[in-house]
Amino acid sequence: MKIIKSLTIIVLAFSFASFARANNFEQAVQGLLENSNKKKAAAVEQLAKVDDPRSLPTLKAMLDAKLYYKKDDKSLVIITDLEEGATVHNLMSQSDESISDKRAVSKVRINNKLRRLLRSSIAVLELSSGDMAIRLESAKNLAKNPSADMRDVLIIALEKESSSKIAGFLSLSLGLIDLENEDPAVRRKAVDYLSGSVEPQAIGALKALTAKDKDGNYLEQDKELAAYAAKVFKRVDTKMQLFKTSENMLFGLSLGSVLLLAAIGLAITFGVMGVINMAHGEMIMLGAYTTFTVQQLMPELIGASLFVAIPVAFIVAAAVGVLMERLIIRHLYGRPLDTLLATFGVSLILQQAIRQIYGANSVSVISPPWISGLWEVNGALALTYNRIYILLFAMLVLGLLALLLKKTLVGLQMRAVTQNRPMANSMGIRAGWVDAMTFGLGSGIAGIAGVALSQIASVSPNLGQTYIVDSFMVVVFGGVGNIMGTFIGAMTLGVINKFLEPQVGAVIGKIIVLVFIILFIQWRPRGLFALKGRFVED
Amino acid sequence: MNQLLKKTGIALGAAALAFSAFVAQAADTIKVGVLHSQSGPLAISETTLKDTVLMLIEAQNAKGGVLGKKLEAVVVDPGDQNADWSKFGVKARELIEKEKVDVIFGCWTSVSRKFTLPVVEELNGLLFYPVQYEGEESSKNIFYTGAAPNQQAIPAVDYLMEEEGVNRWVLEGTDYVYPQTTNKILEAYLISKGVKPADISVNYTPFSFSDWTTRVSEIKKFGSAGKKTAVVSTINGDANVPFYKELGNQGISAEDIPVVAFSVGEEELKGFDTAPLVGHLAAWNYFQSAEAKANDEFIATWKAYAKKNGIKGPYVTNDPMEATYIGFGAWVKAAEKAKSTEVDKVRAAMYGIKVPNLTGGTAEVLANHHFTKPVLIGEIQADGQFEIVSQTEEVPGDAWTDHLPESAVVVSDWQNPKVNCGNYNTKTKKCSGQNF
Repeated sequence: MKIIKSLTIIVLAFSFASFARANNFEQAVQGLLENSNKKKAAAVEQLAKVDDPRSLPTLKAMLDAKLYYKKDDKSLVIITDLEEGATVHNLMSQSDESISDKRAVSKVRINNKLRRLLRSSIAVLELSSGDMAIRLESAKNLAKNPSADMRDVLIIALEKESSSKIAGFLSLSLGLIDLENEDPAVRRKAVDYLSGSVEPQAIGALKALTAKDKDGNYLEQDKELAAYAAKVFKRVDTKMQLFKTSENMLFGLSLGSVLLLAAIGLAITFGVMGVINMAHGEMIMLGAYTTFTVQQLMPELIGASLFVAIPVAFIVAAAVGVLMERLIIRHLYGRPLDTLLATFGVSLILQQAIRQIYGANSVSVISPPWISGLWEVNGALALTYNRIYILLFAMLVLGLLALLLKKTLVGLQMRAVTQNRPMANSMGIRAGWVDAMTFGLGSGIAGIAGVALSQIASVSPNLGQTYIVDSFMVVVFGGVGNIMGTFIGAMTLGVINKFLEPQVGAVIGKIIVLVFIILFIQWRPRGLFALKGRFVED
Repeated sequence: MNQLLKKTGIALGAAALAFSAFVAQAADTIKVGVLHSQSGPLAISETTLKDTVLMLIEAQNAKGGVLGKKLEAVVVDPGDQNADWSKFGVKARELIEKEKVDVIFGCWTSVSRKFTLPVVEELNGLLFYPVQYEGEESSKNIFYTGAAPNQQAIPAVDYLMEEEGVNRWVLEGTDYVYPQTTNKILEAYLISKGVKPADISVNYTPFSFSDWTTRVSEIKKFGSAGKKTAVVSTINGDANVPFYKELGNQGISAEDIPVVAFSVGEEELKGFDTAPLVGHLAAWNYFQSAEAKANDEFIATWKAYAKKNGIKGPYVTNDPMEATYIGFGAWVKAAEKAKSTEVDKVRAAMYGIKVPNLTGGTAEVLANHHFTKPVLIGEIQADGQFEIVSQTEEVPGDAWTDHLPESAVVVSDWQNPKVNCGNYNTKTKKCSGQNF
């Protein structure tokens, strides 16, 4: 009997608990249906405190703009793709159902303020997650705008945390919160919390703390704390200088690799063949538009589309290049001015053709997820993945090209023809055919460059014009007729540019680089690595 | 080769002549000039405006025209603006002198307007200019139906200050006249609002700038000083795509550092991958998503017209289209009020004319040749549309900004006979007579 009684009580307690819990969740979400963003914010805060397994998915769906409510019974649903007959997850009944009419549901709209709140609420909930990646993400998000009411959660999490990286972000948030405290001892501790971090927030806070007025006195009331912060800051600052230099170096190499990709095709057509090809930029553009077209043809496989686009872009650009060589340039060898004008004409024709087909506005080339995002060494040093991939890709293209020229028969023939045409002819090489191949190769590589550039630049009919001047600059600077020179030239110009930009701005930086090249060419007319040999003379 | 070039040139010339002369001469029609580029990089935006004018004319003719006469469009193509800006002046002259049009709808960039201005003033023409611009101008012969800085830039900054609590600013622009003037005004305004100069960072980049790594990393650092930071972007055209891409890749989302743009609208978003842009802002006087009956009708009419005339989709409407709509409506109303389409009579009748705009309000023509317009702030959505998060009452357009000392004392008033100029200096009590 007793057992039955206690069982009843337990069952009752359970059902009551679950009732109370459900009720809480249901109550909390009512605010989400309101129009006012303030009421929504209150509801989010309430929801974050409700201990219900549905809270987190609800908040996440809201942040991703996937949270809707049904207009008839006001129940919340999560919808990934809004279309007729789509399966949706009903949060109230916790079951999947399908919707018959798009207009039967309405989106729970959010603005930036709500997004911020959602992100930090989700971060607090996920701070105790077992997955280290999720914890790191949460700790990072919390550090973006920490608030005093998170303090207790942070202290508990910091004690339990095993990863030093996550702990670093947690201390950063704690430090930023405690700096607002009134107790000098707490504030001093806060400076200690910040001392280990090179995240921009920590640097910013320390800088603010050590700011001085005109007479050299600290603006901070607590002079002792300011002096202490200054000591800490000095230590961090030397580290920062090092990171700053490395960052500039990385950015410079990244820009250099872009320049290299743009210029390497030109290094062959201009450098090796001596043809001033003004339509080189348009080959890059063709490659970029090929990427766009390939993506349009295979919308389901955006990730794979880039790999498909590389050979296709090569073939398209190479075909246009061979056609150009056979129809126009072949007749103009030895007449550089006429070649220049003719290829300039071709470039205008290609631009307008693309404009007719795709329109004058830029088109949207989608970046696959694995190419987006940031490779973060720490708060002071980071490079986006697309830049890293382009850097590697440029090296790969350079390597393959060098192999082709140095180790294969085709390469040998190309070098033979460009060095001494009559001799090559008499040895049985079909010079005309080799010319076409060389030009096709140069153009094809420009096409490949277009695939890579479509990931970082705006794909519009003017894309090629953006890069043509830079490409010529690199080839001339590096030394005409020298693939290695192009590599060194591109990297040097990239690094110079990026070290100048923070100092003088992008506009002046570019001018300085141009002036530098003009002066350099006066000094060494053949560029960095001048080829020696007879063919250079004519 | 030479002969080939010559022949092509002749053929092209003949085609151009045929194109501009396709309009039949008829005495009982009112001629409306359309001066928008249909080739070159700005063609896509301007072609839409040309089609908008044609659509409005068709609709007006269906209603019986103006003063009992049918309207007749005379379309000219000033061509690639980057190649030759002065073509706008030449074509405007052709419209007024040869075609004898009563009114011109046209121009896009400030440079194209500056080339058209002396021509319409010399020949006493009438131009309706439908694009947001940097202000500091008020010509007797031009009506500015787009936004002046106080109808776009300043309210956008106010919104960020009040709603998002921003007190640290990055003014990022492309290196040319519109961003420079706008940023000069904004900087003066922010300082007058108590923002410290150390909390404002102004930077310019070249046209079509694509390597944003350093700049975005600097913005990130600038934005981590413990104060809420926002970017005010006057970045133009091509450079926007890599800019937003870099922001997204470096993990700066709209809730960290919001970007409010003045040159990114529905038309431009067609070329963007909008997923990483959600939440960033734009300020205009009109968004396609505005909820008003007039707007629903306008969108439906536009879609029907575009489909019928084989214009490529997807069909979106944007701010300069609304400005064209307002300008056209005001001109029709003024002509009917003046019972004439003569420039001087229409101009006199324009002042005080009220026409409905597309966001449910009214646009009134002011004595300084600007209009009253509401300011809308929109957040970019994943579908390439804007969600309106703030809408003000109609704001009167101010030709000369109050936030630069040299302009604050200048007013424009073409209605008051005592002033009767576009640049009256209230201190010296004189019209400066400068060439605007």
